[in-house]
Amino acid sequence: MEVDRVDGRTPNQLRPLACSRNVLNRAHGSASWCQGDTKVLAAVYGPKAGTKRNENPEKACIEVIWKPKTGQSGKTEREYEMILKRTLQSICILTLNPNTTTSVIIQVVNDDGALLPCAINAACAALVDAGIPLKHLAVAICCCLAESGYVILDPSKLEEQKMKAFVYLVFPNSVLSALPEGHLKVQGEPMEHGIITSVTQGAMPVDDYLHCLERGRAATAKMSAFLRKSLQPKLPTE
Amino acid sequence: MGLPDSSGGFLSELDVDAFRRLFPLQFYESHLVKSKRPDGRSLAKARETSSALGAVASADGSALVKIGSTTMLAAIKMEVMTPSKESPDEGCIAIEFYMPPICSPIVRPGRPADTAPVVSKQLSDTILSSGMINLKELSLISGKAAWMAYLDIYCLDADGALFDAALLSAVAAFSHLQIPVVSMNDEGKVVVVSEENEGGKEPVNKEKRKLTLCSIPFSLTCILYKNYILADPTAEEESIMETLVTVVLDSSGQLVSLYKPGGPVLAYTSAIQDCVALTRQRVRELQTILDEATAGMEVD
Repeated sequence: MEVDRVDGRTPNQLRPLACSRNVLNRAHGSASWCQGDTKVLAAVYGPKAGTKRNENPEKACIEVIWKPKTGQSGKTEREYEMILKRTLQSICILTLNPNTTTSVIIQVVNDDGALLPCAINAACAALVDAGIPLKHLAVAICCCLAESGYVILDPSKLEEQKMKAFVYLVFPNSVLSALPEGHLKVQGEPMEHGIITSVTQGAMPVDDYLHCLERGRAATAKMSAFLRKSLQPKLPTE
Repeated sequence: MGLPDSSGGFLSELDVDAFRRLFPLQFYESHLVKSKRPDGRSLAKARETSSALGAVASADGSALVKIGSTTMLAAIKMEVMTPSKESPDEGCIAIEFYMPPICSPIVRPGRPADTAPVVSKQLSDTILSSGMINLKELSLISGKAAWMAYLDIYCLDADGALFDAALLSAVAAFSHLQIPVVSMNDEGKVVVVSEENEGGKEPVNKEKRKLTLCSIPFSLTCILYKNYILADPTAEEESIMETLVTVVLDSSGQLVSLYKPGGPVLAYTSAIQDCVALTRQRVRELQTILDEATAGMEVD
């Protein structure tokens, strides 16, 4: 069964992506990321001397501060902070700058669905802008599951409310490597198929989740190409 | 084990406890290659689990749950409220998870643990999206009065797999819940009928004293480390091997949540399927534990 989308997109079609780097003057690195009408601003400060609370003599510490569009931050924001922190920790090379703290500040500018994936993409671009050493990039996507088991990608707020379940997935970006193909495979699967983060809401059959995984992987391949393209032109001048 | 050879002499003299503290990862790896864990469990085995219903006499429903030494105390207090205009015939559930300083050396007095609000949020998401409780059942008089269920979960001992224990205690508390009898007073307000002055007013909810729980969610947390999958980790294991995957399945086999917040190890499809399979087994175990606890209550 086909699901008609309000904005006339096909189920696999993402909203227009836009990414600009170095948008803030004082921050060490910053980026804004738009997916349709969802827009998130991310700023990175650091690595700076660790505060007593976060200090770790062996590893760099990452702290995430999530600022909602309006009002005070509540439980949802605290959960997002935790997910974002753990996700960024897994892509950063933490052993390079031990005893330091890197602050990532996320400001939601507009929420029109797929907010957490959008924030993860923004944070990732901001980390690159700040020159924080990363193992690889992280690409996040939201898959929505309709009543009939139909999957749509990158939903707007309206679609998110109508669906019975949704899945946020974060994958590593595809790696360009000089090594022969197959070298980077883990258990017969390419590295970019491994899940960094998965958050779901709503009940669904296990098979539908696996289906979402497949669709998410296909879409993130395109997104990681976009991310690579929008980060590359700046490199030679720096 | 990746340790320099020169330290061989030093290592052979090292006490086991000292080795465990100094080289935790190597200590664990030497167990994992033998498919064992330091506490004697096999990799896929969960710790001993017990649940006791009715631990708090003053609450309308309560449970004390232990998974290994992780201990959770859950209690439900019911209050009558006016339902919102958007959903006039639905009640409401408010879930709060507390980590007092007693539960772990990491939590200090005056500084709330960062994980507590995250677990609260995860619990309410899971319980609401599993559809275990039909909120319509909490309605008393459409548009006028409905139940507000305050579920408070206290972590008394935090030794890993907090979410699993918290969810089990929440489910057990709901299965123990006895809804108090209420009646309408002369001013048209709904009041709780106390045991002494029964009679007089006709109770509003004579039959509906128990909630029907459909599709109960159960969860299992696993650690991914290299190619190993360790079920139901202790706090020590969680701090050493940081990649956690929490799978929640309901009794009909639907996936309620698959939660993996980052972590250095990537989860591939095969690992996800293994975790789901382990959770399926665990759901059956937990179902029996819960059934036994409820059967025990009925005998009393």
